[in-house]
Amino acid sequence: MCLAVPGRIIEIYDQNTLRMARIDFGGVIREACLEALPDATVGDYTIVHAGFALNLLSEEEAQETLDALREIGEIEAELGLEDEEISSRDV
Amino acid sequence: MELSQAFRDGELVQRVVKEIRRIVTRDWVIMEICGGQTHAILHSGLDQLLPPQIELVHGPGCPVCVTSLELIDKALAIAARPDVIFCSFGDMLRVPGSNQDLFSIKAAGGQVRVVYSPLDAVKIAQQNPDKQVVFFAIGFETTAPANAASILQAKAMGLKNFSLLVSHVCVPPAMHAILGAPNNRVQGFLAAGHVCAVMGYWEYPPIAEKYRVPIVVTGFEPLDLAQGILMTIRQLEAGTHSVENAYQRIVSKEGNQAAQAILRRVFKPVDRNWRGVGTIPLSGWGLQPEFAEFDAENRFDVGHIQTHESPLCIAGEILRGLKKPIDCPAFATLCTPAKPLGAPMVSSEGACSAYFRYHRTQETT
Repeated sequence: MCLAVPGRIIEIYDQNTLRMARIDFGGVIREACLEALPDATVGDYTIVHAGFALNLLSEEEAQETLDALREIGEIEAELGLEDEEISSRDV
Repeated sequence: MELSQAFRDGELVQRVVKEIRRIVTRDWVIMEICGGQTHAILHSGLDQLLPPQIELVHGPGCPVCVTSLELIDKALAIAARPDVIFCSFGDMLRVPGSNQDLFSIKAAGGQVRVVYSPLDAVKIAQQNPDKQVVFFAIGFETTAPANAASILQAKAMGLKNFSLLVSHVCVPPAMHAILGAPNNRVQGFLAAGHVCAVMGYWEYPPIAEKYRVPIVVTGFEPLDLAQGILMTIRQLEAGTHSVENAYQRIVSKEGNQAAQAILRRVFKPVDRNWRGVGTIPLSGWGLQPEFAEFDAENRFDVGHIQTHESPLCIAGEILRGLKKPIDCPAFATLCTPAKPLGAPMVSSEGACSAYFRYHRTQETT
């Protein structure tokens, strides 16, 4: 139940006293409460759980994480150590 | 979106797993708190890729599973009333109470509705002024802001026919309970990423320090999980116990302060009885006095509740990481998703349900 889905804010409005937004989840449009994201603007990515936007998603941080992970094992691969290491542990 | 796809990159997951295999030198037990992560791990097969030295045990982060039997019986009694429309997340419908479940109340003509958000329940209350609309407000810190927003909206709209049956639980007290138990096996934690999206991870350094366990904030995609496990193993192998963040695109140390302010306004810490675990002091949230009129427990007198738990179910030991679903004699025989003895077999976050759906037989050999 703690799963949250990333989506893009496409419209912001007030409804029955709450700050709300329409969110595009890869083509599926749903409504979410934006009360906890007072600074969010149209075009921002957010993650939504139970109709509530929990936080903004940082594309920059995502890219940095991916870049760092892509570097893992680079040195071993270059030295040709990688596969040997694995196979010796597999048996 | 594209970024989410990037965190499902199988090749990159393999690379991180290779690094885990390269650095691990001895046996370690890691707990992922969140049941959503348990399902993601088993669904992706990540558990099968990890070296045999790493044992993942599954934590209590399944709100449906830890909601007390007494409260479920109360929910059933309220839902059966003819003047009530009872709204719930779908996960709860097949969770067994002492004698029946919400699904059977619905089948018998009770007005039980599955909603995606508590704000949908507020709309139902607005559309049905002659009915009492009750929302079963379960969940951890991730779900609490949505439930809090529903109360703020109902109050602002002056709705007199909306209330919450509150069963909120919080992660840090559960971590204390697990780590402080004499039979604890957990040596490192994957902290639940979306709980931390709301709460940050400022609550965790004292826990890491007190019990000398590394805690790594971890996301839900296969690459997030592999990264969280790698960072935990690096710390375990190095003998360190700090709090790290493997979910930086979503989580900051301080969390979402606006969300935390909403939570403080609506909820206050209360003792909470966790199904199968027992009462943990100040481990949950109840409504602040200002919102007492929206508390379904005040609004409906359901009389004395006599609970009856299945004597076969070992959910409590599973939720504390002491046993695996396959250790249960009733697993997949007397207890199945169609006919569950305990909540972890029905919930989309329950460990038993994850094993039933995804578990490969090789681990049992």
